[in-house]
Amino acid sequence: MKTLKTCLSGIALSVACATASAGEVEVLHYWTSGGEAAAVNVLKQEMEDAGHTWTDFAVAGGGGESAMTVLKSRAISGNPPSAAQIKGLDIQEWGELGFLTSLDDVATAGNWDSLLPEVVSDVMKYDGHYVAVPVNVHRVNWLWANPEAFKKAGVEIPTTWEQMIEVGPKLKAAGIIPLAHGGQAWQDATTFEAIALAEGADFYRKAFVEHDDATLKGETMVKVLTTFKKMRDLIDADSSGRDWNVATSMVINGQAAMQIMGDWAKGEFTAAGKTPGTDYVCVAAPGTADMFTFNIDSLAMFTQSDDSRVQAQKDLAKMVMDPKFQETFNLNKGSIPARQGMDRTPFDSCAHDSMDAFTVSAEKGTLVPSMAHGMATSSRVQGAIYDVVTNYFNASDMSAEDAADKLARAVKATL
Amino acid sequence: MNEKALPLPETGSVRPVALSFQDRLAAQLPKLVLAPTVIVTLVAVYGYMIWTGLLSFTSSRILPSWKFIGTAQYSKLMENDRWGVSVENLIIFGGLFILVCLVLGVLMAILLDQKIRAEGALRTIYLYPMAISFIVTGTAWKWLLNPGLGLQKTIRDWGFESFTFDWLVNPDMVVYCLVIAAVWQSSGFVMALFLAGLRGVDQEMIKAAQLDGASMPMIYRRIILPSLKPVFFSAFVILSHIAIKSFDLVAALTGGGPGYSSDLPAIFMYQHAFTRGQMGLGAASAMVMLGGVLAILVPYLYSELRSKKNG
Repeated sequence: MKTLKTCLSGIALSVACATASAGEVEVLHYWTSGGEAAAVNVLKQEMEDAGHTWTDFAVAGGGGESAMTVLKSRAISGNPPSAAQIKGLDIQEWGELGFLTSLDDVATAGNWDSLLPEVVSDVMKYDGHYVAVPVNVHRVNWLWANPEAFKKAGVEIPTTWEQMIEVGPKLKAAGIIPLAHGGQAWQDATTFEAIALAEGADFYRKAFVEHDDATLKGETMVKVLTTFKKMRDLIDADSSGRDWNVATSMVINGQAAMQIMGDWAKGEFTAAGKTPGTDYVCVAAPGTADMFTFNIDSLAMFTQSDDSRVQAQKDLAKMVMDPKFQETFNLNKGSIPARQGMDRTPFDSCAHDSMDAFTVSAEKGTLVPSMAHGMATSSRVQGAIYDVVTNYFNASDMSAEDAADKLARAVKATL
Repeated sequence: MNEKALPLPETGSVRPVALSFQDRLAAQLPKLVLAPTVIVTLVAVYGYMIWTGLLSFTSSRILPSWKFIGTAQYSKLMENDRWGVSVENLIIFGGLFILVCLVLGVLMAILLDQKIRAEGALRTIYLYPMAISFIVTGTAWKWLLNPGLGLQKTIRDWGFESFTFDWLVNPDMVVYCLVIAAVWQSSGFVMALFLAGLRGVDQEMIKAAQLDGASMPMIYRRIILPSLKPVFFSAFVILSHIAIKSFDLVAALTGGGPGYSSDLPAIFMYQHAFTRGQMGLGAASAMVMLGGVLAILVPYLYSELRSKKNG
């Protein structure tokens, strides 16, 4: 009984402490790998310098799947964190459920509308109000190549998918795996969407954003799927279940010639002490020059009841948009800042290419949201597309026509 | 029984009152002690079962909502290709896993029962995999079965260039990899169950049979194995629930791949309910899985209870 009493008073005390301490932010995120963790620490330091308490709530693993499971249970129990790493259309879903708080006052004061490109700010808004703050913009349609491997095989780095299929046998003859790939659904989808984008941004949008039934099972989709299946011949037999960074290391050590992956792959090259342009080359995925598949990481802000926590949350939003944080974070992450008009000098040539492509594609209307990374569609439809794409890619006896038909049916079933 | 054990003094005027309180407490104590367990079980097992059942009739997406849409989630589930594959996989995996485990378990138990040397050590070796979690088993077998890393590469390096064992990356064969790893893990446990059963068989009966001139195989077939029927049942129930709830093994060994060719219902349920924002569909699949478990358990419990009543 006595111990129970001590326990209870202990709990009461700790609750009292928690409410008394001013300006706490609890941030749920899955930036746990080396560079990412360093980047988050910058934000933590800035918040602490401003006198707030930072409670780190990092949930590692599963590309954020575990973090989302934790977030759901916290939200249901009525105790959501101040901010959570949520991106793309999931922001809309959480907004619809009424959990997110408006950041309009911070946004107006910080003039976010002029600092952020419209495609980015659209993702951050629910019902016209800012509810999330962007930390970076990833370009997904990159091709990472090892120039040494190409020299050895005596071929050029492909710029179209036809060339890609042509150089395959020559690279193989030189004892090099043409394409490093990991057999996981999201990696299959990343390659698939790059091939689809080569058919034009309009086709891409119709299929993955508007989910037009005729486009999904149409002739162009069949062509895309046929090309996609041919990638199978460029991949080694053991790719099943391989993690993306293992595939990247195959390009780094020259075992493989290329990888199609977003710019987070650059972190692996940097960590291995390689320089862009000489040790490795970053070019747009075949047929998608001047096009840009974006993947934006963001922190969504949850409604808080305590005033001091609300203030800390607003300060957090302000600091995320701060040029210093945007620069440090993106140098570590391999992406480009979401905030426009920043100093380009600290960034490398790949990041410069990415920034240029971002501007050009925005003008040309070829800036599209990534389907494979939850920017184009809800997790439901994305999951349905994943299933069909990965099954088709691995099945031995499915025709491209059947796959297109299945794709259209699967998407329709989840809408 | 406690009531009878307590001394009941006949004399004194105050004490009987105090004792009767103690008495009542003693009578209520077992119930009081059990109550938390009962409440937790009622809420956490049956309560959430009902809750999941209700959710399966709603349009719940990333969080539960109470918009009822009838059996739409179930018809969606039945039309889902991936669900079909995972159920088919469960039937292949579950069937083979249970069968191979039982056969191997019985065989190993019979062999170990031959009063051999170092039986204790051997028993421990066979039983030991049970002490490892399925995650570890899955990861270790992933390395062993990976064609570029494990068995195939080793044997090719020995000079057998044409040796091929690529089940792990072959969508048609990958489900058998799950069987191999699961059997490795669980057959020792089945062996232990049967060994205990064998030790309990009446030796007199065996001696009598031997006197009648029955051969050892005949004795095993006609006397010993039939007397182990309850052990078969227990092993079957334990193995089938391991098979139906298999999640960690698949997650570690294949991740459901290649494609989703080694998907099992538990993985399907988890992904849809928790990561894909289709809680309703996930709940529906969970209910179908519950149905599968009940279909095995109810006849078993029924026969158990009836035989107890009769016997």
